[in-house]
Amino acid sequence: MRIYRVSGAVVEAEESTGVKMHELVLVGEANLVGEVIRIDGDRAFVQVYEDTYGLKPGEPIKSTGNPLSVELGPGLIGTIYDGIQRPLSSLREKEGAFIKRGISAPPLDRTKRWHFLPTAMVGQKVSGGQVLGYVQETEIVKHAVLVPPDVKGELQWVADEGDYSLEDPIAKLPSQELHLYHRWPVRTPRPYLERLPADEPLVTGQRIIDALFPIAKGGSAIIPGGFGTGKTVVQHQLAKWADADVVVYVGCGERGNEMTEVLRDFPKLVDPRTGKPLMMRTVLIANTSNMPVAAREASIYTGITIAEYFRDMGYNVALMADSTSRWAEALREISGRLEEMPGEEGYPPYLASRLAEFYERAGRVKTLQGNEGSVTVVGAVSPMGGDFSEPVTQNSLRFVQVFWGLDKDLADRRHFPSINWITSYSQYSSTVSSWWIKHTGEDWPDLVAEAFRVLQTENDLESLVRLVGIEALPESQKLTLLVARILREGFLQQNAFNDVDTYSSPRKQYLLLKAMIGFYRSSEKVIEKKIPEAEIEGLPIVQELIRARFTVSEELKLEDLVKRAEDAPKSLSGEIDRGDKM
Amino acid sequence: MGLKRRVSYATVTQINGPLVFIKGVKDVGYDELVEISSARGRSLGRVLEVSRDVAVVEVFEGTTGLSLGGTSATFLGRGLEVGVSQEVLGRVFDGIGEPADGKPYPYAREKADINGSPINPTAREYPSEFIETGISGIDGMDSLVRGQKLPIFSGAGLPHNALAAQITRQAKLLNSSEGFAIVFVAIGITHDEAMYFRRSFEESGALANVAMVLNLADSPAVERITAPRVGLTMAEYLAFEEQMHVLVIMTDMTNYCNALREISSSRGEIPARKGYPGYMYTDLASIYERAGKIIGKKGSITLLPILTMPNDDISHPIPDLTGYITEGQIVLDRGLYRRGIYPPIDISLSLSRLMKDGVGKGYTREDHMDLSNQLYASYARMKEVRSLETVVGEEGLSEKDRMYLKFGDFFEQRFLKQAEDEDRGIEETLNLGWDSLALLPEDELSRVSPDEISKYMKKRT
Ligand SMILES: Nc1ncnc2c1ncn2[C@@H]1O[C@H](COP(=O)(O)OP(=O)(O)OP(=O)(O)O)[C@@H](O)[C@H]1O
Ligand SMILES: [Mg+2]
Repeated sequence: MRIYRVSGAVVEAEESTGVKMHELVLVGEANLVGEVIRIDGDRAFVQVYEDTYGLKPGEPIKSTGNPLSVELGPGLIGTIYDGIQRPLSSLREKEGAFIKRGISAPPLDRTKRWHFLPTAMVGQKVSGGQVLGYVQETEIVKHAVLVPPDVKGELQWVADEGDYSLEDPIAKLPSQELHLYHRWPVRTPRPYLERLPADEPLVTGQRIIDALFPIAKGGSAIIPGGFGTGKTVVQHQLAKWADADVVVYVGCGERGNEMTEVLRDFPKLVDPRTGKPLMMRTVLIANTSNMPVAAREASIYTGITIAEYFRDMGYNVALMADSTSRWAEALREISGRLEEMPGEEGYPPYLASRLAEFYERAGRVKTLQGNEGSVTVVGAVSPMGGDFSEPVTQNSLRFVQVFWGLDKDLADRRHFPSINWITSYSQYSSTVSSWWIKHTGEDWPDLVAEAFRVLQTENDLESLVRLVGIEALPESQKLTLLVARILREGFLQQNAFNDVDTYSSPRKQYLLLKAMIGFYRSSEKVIEKKIPEAEIEGLPIVQELIRARFTVSEELKLEDLVKRAEDAPKSLSGEIDRGDKM
Repeated sequence: MGLKRRVSYATVTQINGPLVFIKGVKDVGYDELVEISSARGRSLGRVLEVSRDVAVVEVFEGTTGLSLGGTSATFLGRGLEVGVSQEVLGRVFDGIGEPADGKPYPYAREKADINGSPINPTAREYPSEFIETGISGIDGMDSLVRGQKLPIFSGAGLPHNALAAQITRQAKLLNSSEGFAIVFVAIGITHDEAMYFRRSFEESGALANVAMVLNLADSPAVERITAPRVGLTMAEYLAFEEQMHVLVIMTDMTNYCNALREISSSRGEIPARKGYPGYMYTDLASIYERAGKIIGKKGSITLLPILTMPNDDISHPIPDLTGYITEGQIVLDRGLYRRGIYPPIDISLSLSRLMKDGVGKGYTREDHMDLSNQLYASYARMKEVRSLETVVGEEGLSEKDRMYLKFGDFFEQRFLKQAEDEDRGIEETLNLGWDSLALLPEDELSRVSPDEISKYMKKRT
């Protein structure tokens, strides 16, 4: 094969007979990594994962015979990769602070030795996805060494317990040797036995998400919002606090400093469940906005394949992709270079099917080894002009169950997370509520429903208030507005950068909500006794409820708050006869 | 790309906008530099697309005066490069990095391709050093830190130049005296505007520390694409080889984007929105992401691009895509400006994403972040009251609402407003913030702690 034409990230090859679709090829004298994305007679179109500067027609293109794949094995956790799984730290050691072309490094360290504990036995018939043994990859992640999904046979030999490097054989089948790692093509979903319903919540510690718009383990969500509305902060928060076993964070076409921030913070932050640094469960993929655009397209697949791999060990994995819009734009740019017929806003007509394929890789499954694992996918969407009617948002909505719509007005008012509680939705609310009942209290669904009602009423009254002012409303409605404000400022808002507020345990969420709704219920009774709402608003408990998210983390104090929130309004009706209140 | 024999081609078959199509070429690389000779003289261009038989070349100085027969092209086998050294400071260049002050080429320590290379994310150092600009609207509400990219979103006729000039004059790092340089990139602005900046640098005595890359309104539009890259290539050398803190100002990025649109449409590409190419996000990112800090290097590149929002519309693709890349934005507001408030910073729309790591205890003052969050929230509430007032009149407002109006006036007139030569310290800025909050009932201040209130607000009232 030879280069016929070069246009941006796309190279057209001639004399390409025999080359396979999605085959990995090496382009030009510099051996730039590329992938075949279209075949047309004896012409093949290659998207090149590195800067194509200087490539010339006539230069050779070499086949590799293999599809674009990732290496899966111990050493993934804690590593930061680019979109085609090149380890960025190794690249930096080799070539310095700037990323140059034509350089490569193995994704998994070949020199490192891992302590392997075999569990499979000689003579055992094994098939894809079954466990050969274990490696303690980090203090948190026990790495199951799996038979590659497409391999089976009778074990003729299994290595003894001991330290092995990735290239050492650890088991032998009649047909081949098995190692601590294997390769898998990124565009092919890894197989599993069957799909299971997603009914357990992924607890994120983010109140508006867990209480109002929960996501299930194995579910998928999108988080669209204009610039600066808080997509990345939410994604970081989920990566930090969600109760997943493994987190795969894909920075797809976004800022370099945001990845640096993760690299700086995660080794220091402690996982509330295990007490170990968060980095010990995290894999990072960074193909920032200034890195080659084709590799950005691949980064999403690299990420989800790694996520599926840990799922196959029986883990609950959460994958964050920030931002799927940049991935779609990469698709659009390459499609444009291929001179394909454009669809809406220049995106290729297959945008929807690509999005569907991606989100379909989320799910809770019975793995090939027979246990349960899940991949939860949360995709950020960056709509042009913050306009949700654009193709990426609209098409994604067809394939996900949860929609966290970020609201520019809320963000401008510094109400964070700026998830709009009127337009957002989750299709998991009822399925996960049994978990919440079991882990918090019987009344959880009622508290949530009541909170929704209050917020909805506030929304309904908003235009009226704007017209006549709040003073013209009846006292009971003023009370509802007061409670809505308490909910907004004391529950829905959550400061990601405050040490106490950044994470709310399920118990804390429950007790905060119980205190606020309890306060509402007993205030309603007081209002019935013709006590003006203003007096209730003047009670110190109001400020206390709003501030409780920052000040109290211990359960005892929260339980006390619940009690006092209920009692405080009652004191008003007891004292009313004396004519003064406080 | 190595040495090779230079062949000239006189086989131009098509000229379209800034593009020239040359047939029968051999051994031509993608993105390489081309010298175009014609009756009008020599000019440079670069290869936008190349196949076995045709090269598409974008001519930097435009194609005016070129003809099919009378034009020849020589491919230079390299990309566009500029010579870099400390001697670019005090000098003036055109949009492709040629000296434009009548002096010879400055001594170059090395030549660097203007496209640069992406910074490896693992090599970045997270920016966190507060830069005091002496402007309350910025220091108090949207603090700038070293290595940040923070654009000014402005509108035609708004005082963005004055603001940018004031920032360059006053910008300093608290407790520091390291090497400081400015790279000023003019993109399609008028001669007068460029001179305004020059005078301002001169008056502050900074001129010897400024490299100017000028592509003025009457310079070739295609060079608007190269000008910011030329400037950044110089900045990268100064920051990462000479360990200087470099402030890069680029104005007006709207002209840059329009040049990008022009080239895209002459290539017949399918646009995304409003005629702008689908890769504009990526293209802008390849400029803005060059700001930053690198582990182990003392210098930094802080980027302050200025753009004018067409029709003052922040959702227009230019400000929109910029906001998606930069680490916040300073938005200027026509309403404030009309009411005589300079700098007319609309704090509700402005944001500095890196502020949280650059302010607070040990950097500015412990109450800084909470105070600014409170000011944001209260100012937003005040704006609602103002719009309510237009409906119900002042009499219809509650007493609390009226307090908000007072707060708003004080905040705009005393906190935001300042003179073009007023260099306010951060302490004074923060205190003025508390003075504004003191006009509100204490139970409205849920973003600041009771401790902060008694420590900083009560003491002053
Ligand atoms: N939960 C939060 N708590 C406190 N501040 C927040 C929170 N969420 C967002 N912010 C503020 O909003 C800013 C912007 O958030 P973020 O970077 O997540 O936006 P984004 O939607 O990802 O924008 P872009 O599309 O441009 O990347 C943050 O820098 C921070 O100042
Ligand atoms: Mg973001």
